[in-house]
Amino acid sequence: MSWEPVIGLEIHVHLKTRTKMFCRCRVAYFEPPNTQTCPVCLAQPGALPVPNRQAIEWTVLLGLALGCEVPERAIFHRKNYFYPDNPKGYQISQYDEPLCVNGRFVVPGAEGDTVVGIERAHLEEDAAKTIHVGGAEGRIQGADRSLIDFNRAGTPLVEIVTAPDLRSAEDAKRFLQLLRQTVIELGISDAEMEKGSLRFDVNVSVRPSGEEFRTRTELKNMNSFAFAARGIERELERQIGVYESGGTVEQETLHFDPSRAEAPPLRSKEEAQDYRYFPEPDLVPLEPDREVVERFRGELPESPTARVRRLEGELGFGLAEGLVTSGRDELYSRIPGERVAVANVVMNELAATGVDPASVNADELAKVIERRGDIPRAAFTDALAASGSPGFSAARYLTEASIADVSELDPVIDRILDENESQAEAYRGGKEGLLGFFVGLVMKETGGKANPKIVSELLREKLRA
Amino acid sequence: MIDTLRFTAEEAVGLLERGEVSAAELHGVYREAIAERDPEIHAYLCTVEHGATAGAGVPIALKDVISTKGVETTAASKILSGYKPVFDSTVAARCREAGLPLLGKTNLDEFAMGSSTENSAFGPTHNPWDPGRVPGGSSGGSTAAVAAGLAPWALGSDTGGSIKQPAALCGVVGLRPTFGTVSRYGIVAFASSLDQVGPIAKTVRDCALLHRIIAGSDASDSTTVELPEPIEVPQADDLKGLRIGVPSEMNEAEGIEPGVSEAVSRTIELARELGAEVGECHLPRSVEFGLPCYYLIAPSEASSNLARYDGARYGLRAEAGGIRAMYERTRREGFGDEPKRRIMLGTYALSAGYYEAFYGQAQKVRTVIRDEHAAAFEQFDVLVSPTSPTVAFELGARTADPLAMYAADVLTIPSNMAGLPGLSIPCGLSDGLPVGFQLIGRQFSENLLFRAGHALERAIQFDFVPERLK
Repeated sequence: MSWEPVIGLEIHVHLKTRTKMFCRCRVAYFEPPNTQTCPVCLAQPGALPVPNRQAIEWTVLLGLALGCEVPERAIFHRKNYFYPDNPKGYQISQYDEPLCVNGRFVVPGAEGDTVVGIERAHLEEDAAKTIHVGGAEGRIQGADRSLIDFNRAGTPLVEIVTAPDLRSAEDAKRFLQLLRQTVIELGISDAEMEKGSLRFDVNVSVRPSGEEFRTRTELKNMNSFAFAARGIERELERQIGVYESGGTVEQETLHFDPSRAEAPPLRSKEEAQDYRYFPEPDLVPLEPDREVVERFRGELPESPTARVRRLEGELGFGLAEGLVTSGRDELYSRIPGERVAVANVVMNELAATGVDPASVNADELAKVIERRGDIPRAAFTDALAASGSPGFSAARYLTEASIADVSELDPVIDRILDENESQAEAYRGGKEGLLGFFVGLVMKETGGKANPKIVSELLREKLRA
Repeated sequence: MIDTLRFTAEEAVGLLERGEVSAAELHGVYREAIAERDPEIHAYLCTVEHGATAGAGVPIALKDVISTKGVETTAASKILSGYKPVFDSTVAARCREAGLPLLGKTNLDEFAMGSSTENSAFGPTHNPWDPGRVPGGSSGGSTAAVAAGLAPWALGSDTGGSIKQPAALCGVVGLRPTFGTVSRYGIVAFASSLDQVGPIAKTVRDCALLHRIIAGSDASDSTTVELPEPIEVPQADDLKGLRIGVPSEMNEAEGIEPGVSEAVSRTIELARELGAEVGECHLPRSVEFGLPCYYLIAPSEASSNLARYDGARYGLRAEAGGIRAMYERTRREGFGDEPKRRIMLGTYALSAGYYEAFYGQAQKVRTVIRDEHAAAFEQFDVLVSPTSPTVAFELGARTADPLAMYAADVLTIPSNMAGLPGLSIPCGLSDGLPVGFQLIGRQFSENLLFRAGHALERAIQFDFVPERLK
């Protein structure tokens, strides 16, 4: 039997607004604990939320980039549950009237597009951070005590939920990469997984092709795209194995420990939790300004997917996809020259240097790439490493090429020796101090571009003859 | 010599302006009255020195759901005992900016849940007209303080009738403002879509003066709006051209005491004599469904609003092994019976599978109530009724029967559900106890309510000093 993977994603993106979602505390990641707090985000009695307009606009912008509709009216709901990281006892979130609905996001593939439905993109507030002290693995079970840092409490978070439209781990990974690129290019989030400003959960199930959906499991806590792809692959194999040995897949949540990538995930039964959602009575309905929505729609940048398709013609799918998903295609487009060569350098050698693509002097780098066959490897990598520095110039590295080129130096040296016959004789007679005189002449002749060390070696060799 | 039992805030303003008394002296006079009479009344949960908030104006008492920076704010609940807010509520800040020194914080039913002030975790307040009877609630501490001359004016909060009903039972004037005209920022929340702070005083003019200080939009409360017109202190003493509607269901309802009916009828007669046109109208569904609808919406919101009292950050914490056990013990020991009852009701009403039938349905009925009121206001400017079906009842008379207690608000709830303003003025006595007359207006019609209330007040000539304290 052929098994078809069914994958859906739930992504949380931290917006990089200056202040929190419902109060004026700063959004700050690395401040001392509990220094970015106020009565609102500490849930003091009587404190009331006031929505952050920037966060609402950015959610609308993101929704539009994901092809969503932005309904005339959206409302905030309360999601009720008790947990120490949830100071009000409810999270202000969105429920059946979110800001953005019914989107579609195209994931390009080597063999055509995968259209992923976006069920919704909604705005909510993040929870505080809990730190469990003592016990195993920093988990709440068995901990001696828990500390709470409310700096993160109330920071704005967009939740994006896809339809179960992805059919491979590779597509899921690519979707996540393109989504990350989209939010970064919109300028609304750092989307850094290490910082937690991009987080996602994956729902995985398998079914015989074309049949009904089967029970899904949820994978949580994955901290990289590669890790996610591996986790999905493993879970798909496990579920297929369970069905093929006549078993059934249980609905459960698999928690990965990011610090121990190879360890098996912890499992927990899905609890049918009742969050008692109801409309947040402290806030009035949101009615996004239609003019603003239309203006945002008109100003959307070209999507990463469209760019993959545009570059595919000149580069083939693999390179085009690699450039776009890594966010390096903008630099690629700025560098003139033979396209595949430029793409390869940008994707591989330049990426390895860690130079910020935005700071690269593209025209100068183009000259280096054009001559990459003529200059030594070390000079080439030096040039790449320096390509983002102020005042970077190709000349310095290209002229280093002439040093290595003996065939270029040979005729120059021969001519100088011919023209200075008597000094050559004196050298051979023991006046070795004259070497410097010859080196000087060669340097003068080559406009200072020759490498003195190589010139000296060549001179010694020829004068010995 | 200031007789705080008769003294109005307006008179106090006059004395202060003429320099005949200093604000600190005036504050001291009330402190003395409190020391003398509050042991019997128990209107206050705490009192403060004049220096605590200073201010050159007329001192004020605040219901203890109103956050006051550095001054204990308990909502009459054990779970908040010892809690001192780090910030002022917007209304407390506005009183402070207006120079009103704080006298103290007044008693209430725990978390404003109740109609008698007997649900206070710190003991009941007694009605100044008869200490064996309740002052009404939940703002019973504020209304008793004003009635007993322990504060010239006070602020209360009203969710289902918590200003209007105790004002009626204590023989004082109380306004429940239009929802959204007074900031809720810093008010310990009971039911967010209904809670509204309002003034309590001996006269309608005092109420208007105080309302002018607290009303108006607030950037910290997204549900507030700009007032369409400034609040005016009423002057006119006639009702010419005013169209008064008398909803039959609210004036002939079962349970209205004959003495209450008589006093209200006399007042309606007076209104006619003052030039008002009086006609009958109907609010059948509002009266039938108002109370049940309220007892779905208010507890639902309360169950969520009270979730923050978990022992983790402030207030009571009952230590126990583990976080769940700590939550459970803290809330079991910290909340009284009425909050527990409403948390359970609300949690149930919001649960999956019940939401549509209960909370969802109640919200739809709320629209029906709003529409029914709007229709009545096409023909009338003001609707009138008794504020409470009964005069003050005896302490303990209804504590064993929550439904009997809930019925105390049957006449105040319908217009609250519609978000409308309501004014209660004393209109006479029944068996020696005050009867309240309720005037309901359109949204933002506070000025009209004040004008009508003031004209009636002058005609009624109610003596607001309790007989036994004369």
